[in-house]
Amino acid sequence: MTKVNIESILAQLGNRNCDRTGAVNPPVYFSTAYRHEGIGSSSGYDYSRTGNPTRSVLEDAIASLEGGDRGFAFSSGMAAIQAVLSLFSQGDEWIASSDLYGGTYRLFEENGRKWGISFRYGDGRDPAELESLVGDRTKAIFIETPTNPLMREIDIRAMAGIAERHHLFLIVDNTFYTPLLQQPIRDGADIVIHSATKYLGGHNDVLAGLVTARGASVCDQVANYQNAAGAVLSPFDSWLLMRGMKTLALRMKQHESNAKQLAEYLQRHETVTDVLYPGRGGMLSFRLAEEDWVDPFLRQLKMITFAESLGGVESFITYPATQTHAEIPEGIRIQQGVDNRLLRFSVGIEHVDDLVADLETALRKAGSA
Amino acid sequence: MSEERFSFQTRLLHNRHKIDSQTGAVSVPIHHASTFHQFDFDSFGRYDYSRSGNPTREALEEVMAELEGGVRGFAFASGMAAISTAFLLLSKGDHVLVSEDVYGGTFRLVSEVLSRFGIEYTFVDMTDTRKVAANIRPNTKVVYVETPSNPLLKITNIREVARIAKENDCLTFVDNTFLTPALQRPLELGADVVLHSATKFIAGHSDVVAGLAIVKDEALAERLGFLQNSFGSVLGVQDAWLVLRGLKTLSVRMKQSAATAWQVAEYLSRHPAVEKVYYPGLLSHSGERYDVNQSESPGAVLSFELHDEEAVRELKSRVQIPVFSVSLGAVESILSYPPKMSHASMPKEEREKRGITDGLLRLSVGLENPDDLIADLEEALAHQKVKAPITR
Repeated sequence: MTKVNIESILAQLGNRNCDRTGAVNPPVYFSTAYRHEGIGSSSGYDYSRTGNPTRSVLEDAIASLEGGDRGFAFSSGMAAIQAVLSLFSQGDEWIASSDLYGGTYRLFEENGRKWGISFRYGDGRDPAELESLVGDRTKAIFIETPTNPLMREIDIRAMAGIAERHHLFLIVDNTFYTPLLQQPIRDGADIVIHSATKYLGGHNDVLAGLVTARGASVCDQVANYQNAAGAVLSPFDSWLLMRGMKTLALRMKQHESNAKQLAEYLQRHETVTDVLYPGRGGMLSFRLAEEDWVDPFLRQLKMITFAESLGGVESFITYPATQTHAEIPEGIRIQQGVDNRLLRFSVGIEHVDDLVADLETALRKAGSA
Repeated sequence: MSEERFSFQTRLLHNRHKIDSQTGAVSVPIHHASTFHQFDFDSFGRYDYSRSGNPTREALEEVMAELEGGVRGFAFASGMAAISTAFLLLSKGDHVLVSEDVYGGTFRLVSEVLSRFGIEYTFVDMTDTRKVAANIRPNTKVVYVETPSNPLLKITNIREVARIAKENDCLTFVDNTFLTPALQRPLELGADVVLHSATKFIAGHSDVVAGLAIVKDEALAERLGFLQNSFGSVLGVQDAWLVLRGLKTLSVRMKQSAATAWQVAEYLSRHPAVEKVYYPGLLSHSGERYDVNQSESPGAVLSFELHDEEAVRELKSRVQIPVFSVSLGAVESILSYPPKMSHASMPKEEREKRGITDGLLRLSVGLENPDDLIADLEEALAHQKVKAPITR
């Protein structure tokens, strides 16, 4: 088959997968065990933790979408990050972008350090500054781009250059943009991580993490760890996730179109001091003029849901200070720009006029409270 | 060793769908696909559209056909979908004979729906097979049997009814919901179609609504398959998978529940506040006792009669273990009140004529410890104000 566009790959995920029946939708294999014909013979499956036919379809899909050699599905985004962290050893050091999801920060600081892996943080927007952090023990660069919640884009190619010069792994969390907008491996990254709970699943109804990587050795190590530690994604969740991915292109198009209009609307609003939107994708952050307005604003929202998480069909507004970034000490958090006036907006696929109307009412009431 | 030589209990687990041929999976995969790619332009594959045939549903249909000893099985969205589709093998002007104390939903279908299509009916007490013979008309096409019947557990002789039906060119349908093929296999006794509310013992966990029809002969199966596809009240694939999952423990569930039911029935029959116990294992059962040549056991459902509705209310407020609800055939014991539940769609006079009085309760015995169930009933019955005179 000639190279097809990503929208087509997405729409046909799992199609032509069952040669026996021709099913256009991959079956869900709940089977935990697989019969062997005899000693040394296997269909490729033996025990579902090691490999499951439904999960395999998903794992192959993320590898093909991101340009990795193999894909791996985990029971959550954090389980995926932990699997990547486990590739490293005591004494190793990572350099990470400072504006990180709080759960990742917690994993690094509380668990990673316990295993003897240390972390240094730098603002990835300045590659030279980040490169100056590289030391003898540095083994990897970990970035989120755009960052969460400040929506700063980091130049993946520049990071890949640093990684190459110092023989480091470049690991990119691609949750916010998805392979539809950005394919880090094609820009030189070694490993891509997803909280697939977000845009890939897209319906706020499945928790999942994905890893894809290039290079046989890294892939083998991830596979071994996935099997050994066992935080695998269930067959049903694998299937549900693929069901969501089939509409990723449509959803992202609408998310982005809404986000662009809302960024402009919020920028013009007198109650808003600044809007952080990189110009693509469905995520934006904004600051209200007064910290005291945050609570009344959130309470006034009628359609937009005040909730943690992002990337679903419905709009969510999150307050990073007490939700996603509560794990980061307040001093460090505020210093990094995640202050108490900041709100993160996962723009849904609702009609943009309805979103504006909901925001307008809530902002006006909060601002006059 | 061929599968046919395995015992019923083993065949629940070791049948032709034990292993997925493509992957070796030991659990049937769920095919959500609604449509199927055709590999060959000139010769289409076995599956085209999931209403007409779906590999997951088919696994259930084939396993059930094998367990009941039929040629083909058909899975439907509910027991009533199975029964109504089977009844529509009939045409305008045909007549059907139906067990007198048939399930209320079947009664409603026959008396209020089939009648609109010009299909005539007569309800007969089939425990007396002479009445079956006497009520057959020239246009009678189906004799519909429920045995044991619901809720009075009356036993009808399937062999005898099927013989009479055959002599008169009628088909015999048997609703085998109460006993399942684990305890009774009507097709082996001469019936033509077996029907199930698979929601009950077949699935067994109170978590799926499903119906099944299993047909003895290929020509009739062809006709029923045509109706299943035409009407389209097919079972969804996740539910088909859940039913298959439930089937794996059918034998152990039926054995345990039936053994406990017998103990509970004996206990109740000795209790002064209980006026009648309907259980075909008891000598005191008001109907025929179960026939070991027809079924392996009297099953896991019993009914008993308290003095009146007030006494039922009192018991209901005291029992702790059984859930008080409609349905039956689950891992948990279910206590039902037929006058307001399974037989609410039957007019009061029809109901009472059939012995379904205001004091009647039906107990579907689950997998709880029999001592716990009896202790629970003992405590609840201790508060019965009305004590019947001890006549036994």
